[in-house]
Amino acid sequence: MSGVMTETSPKNPSLTANASGSNGALLSIKDLRVWFELRKFGFGHAGYVRAVDDVSFDVAYGEAIAVVGESGCGKSSLMKTILALYRPTQGTVVYQGHDLNQLDSKGLKWYRTQVGYVQQDPYGALPPFMSVQRILSEPMVIGGVHDKNQRLERINKVLEEVKMTPVMDFLGKFPHMLSGGQQQRVVIARSMIMEPKFIVADEPVSMLDASVRVEILKLLRGLQESHNLSVIYITHDLSTVRYFSERVFVMYAGKIIEKAQVDELLKNPCHPYTLALLAATSDPDARNALTFKEVPPGEPPSLVKPPPGCRFHPRCNKMIPGLCDVQVPPDFSVTPGHDVACWLFRPEGA
Amino acid sequence: MDTFSSNDKKLLQVKNLKLYFRTTQGPVQAVDGVDFELDYNRAVVILGESGCGKSSLAKAILRLLPRNVAEYSGQILVDGSDVMTYDEERFRRDVRWSKMSLVPQAAMNALNPVLRVGDQVAEPAIIHMGMKKAEAFKTAQKMFQNVGVPVDFLVRYPFELSGGMRQRAAIAMALVTSPSLIILDEPTSALDLLTQANIMNVLKRIKQGFGTSYILITHDISTSSELADEVAVMYAGQIVETGDAMRFFTSPLHPYSQKLMASVPRLRGTQQPDFITGQPPSLINPPTGCRFAARCPSRFSACDQDPPVFEKEKRRVKCWLYS
Repeated sequence: MSGVMTETSPKNPSLTANASGSNGALLSIKDLRVWFELRKFGFGHAGYVRAVDDVSFDVAYGEAIAVVGESGCGKSSLMKTILALYRPTQGTVVYQGHDLNQLDSKGLKWYRTQVGYVQQDPYGALPPFMSVQRILSEPMVIGGVHDKNQRLERINKVLEEVKMTPVMDFLGKFPHMLSGGQQQRVVIARSMIMEPKFIVADEPVSMLDASVRVEILKLLRGLQESHNLSVIYITHDLSTVRYFSERVFVMYAGKIIEKAQVDELLKNPCHPYTLALLAATSDPDARNALTFKEVPPGEPPSLVKPPPGCRFHPRCNKMIPGLCDVQVPPDFSVTPGHDVACWLFRPEGA
Repeated sequence: MDTFSSNDKKLLQVKNLKLYFRTTQGPVQAVDGVDFELDYNRAVVILGESGCGKSSLAKAILRLLPRNVAEYSGQILVDGSDVMTYDEERFRRDVRWSKMSLVPQAAMNALNPVLRVGDQVAEPAIIHMGMKKAEAFKTAQKMFQNVGVPVDFLVRYPFELSGGMRQRAAIAMALVTSPSLIILDEPTSALDLLTQANIMNVLKRIKQGFGTSYILITHDISTSSELADEVAVMYAGQIVETGDAMRFFTSPLHPYSQKLMASVPRLRGTQQPDFITGQPPSLINPPTGCRFAARCPSRFSACDQDPPVFEKEKRRVKCWLYS
């Protein structure tokens, strides 16, 4: 796998350094914090919104990862930091040995040919005054593919890959002439056009119709497998996760509280919040109407003043007084590859 | 007010309801000959893809029409009396909000940002039930307790409430006149998972406590099963299948319903989800035969003719396979 990588080293000489610390991972995130400063009257300091707080993980080549969480849990801030749209407050995002924080504008340009971004709302993500051909050419013009025929060739190839055939019928079309599913295909095609190494998909199907969702997810999964892409799939819908990714991270109030393989997480969920999420996800079954769901009381905490200790403890029914509300739980390993940040799983005697 | 006595009266009967919109390309047949019934204290779920006319159906039932209506016909019987014959003033006075109310789509953004939540929730009670302000406010308070919003939120403004709270306020507003029917248009689609489950619990509790009926309009099949007693599947402006939820969710009849059910990703079980190829037809010039025929895996020669509604085991399905 990593053999393919050699040709992608950047043209910028300042970047070719230290590919060592990356231990074979494509992307490696360490102690990442993304805080936004709040200001009073435009200048006085009024605290921070701790959108992402102490997040670390690695993404291997060709691996699909799902980040699951409710709105406001910081998953979009995490994604935007990975895309180098936000600067981390603390910690590092290292892509193939290059710290994103240290890339200059040339380096960032290179990085953005390496990453594809699939937006949530396809209609909002496509410029309404550009034809499909122009939408797909734009990244190549910026990314340095100057030969027009080569560009057309790639557009043809990518559109075929997202199954928009015959290609000629779509090239001249504008976004409003396409259905929601087709628009999302164009967005996916655009993210693929620079032949990236990995793709960040931010709720790629939440704006689409139920009947089209599975089709788009299968398409993305197919592309991931055929191109050996790494994918970070951000979603709030646990039921689609198992068809799409190998590992799941559950995020709550700016922290990743549980990491596991998909099957492991569904079989053996540990964190009380994960349990609540799973219990709240319904399958189509008429018997659901006869029972009430158990939902933890309250709402996610403010990220300006998060509760001390475990951030879920005010809503948790298994809270251990004197521990959960005082100390932040570290990651405990339940089985290899399955980590949970919850004091209930602390090893015996600790 | 009408008087009603006999027991076989349904809460709502919709017969051959049509709602066409005028456009420059011709009339859009958003709701095209819809029939269904709803009993007291029952919930019917109307399922369908976007653009199949389910929101238009809600508007047609409540007569909340835009200006470009080309045709609006059929019968709507509420408690046995045909409300289509009422004039606008009588409909507003006797039907809208006093018998049926609406929780609009994205209801949390439907609140007026410059009025206190309590005043907005109390307003229907003042207008439709002639209550004094203080009395209406008390009713609003009671409804807030019912939907699980702290009472002191009544004097706050919408921006001070979270999305789930605002959604609950919108439900409280629909409840404040104690109507027998509430139409919910995608009540949970913009909300988080846990909030969604919470709202569903609130709706169930209200149904048990007040004997309210619901029409739940949604494309989220999994969540809809939380509330459904009956299911109606809508495709291209028509209802293609109705039946009770128990049997619908285990064995849908119409090929479209089957495909729709197969496209639901499930958390439990091993079934791989499938998808429906193709796109729904344009509602400006819908095909003459069965509207699903072009995407149907089991189509045959008869499908060129418009299928009537067949009855099978008390379920109704608009498909030639069941003739």
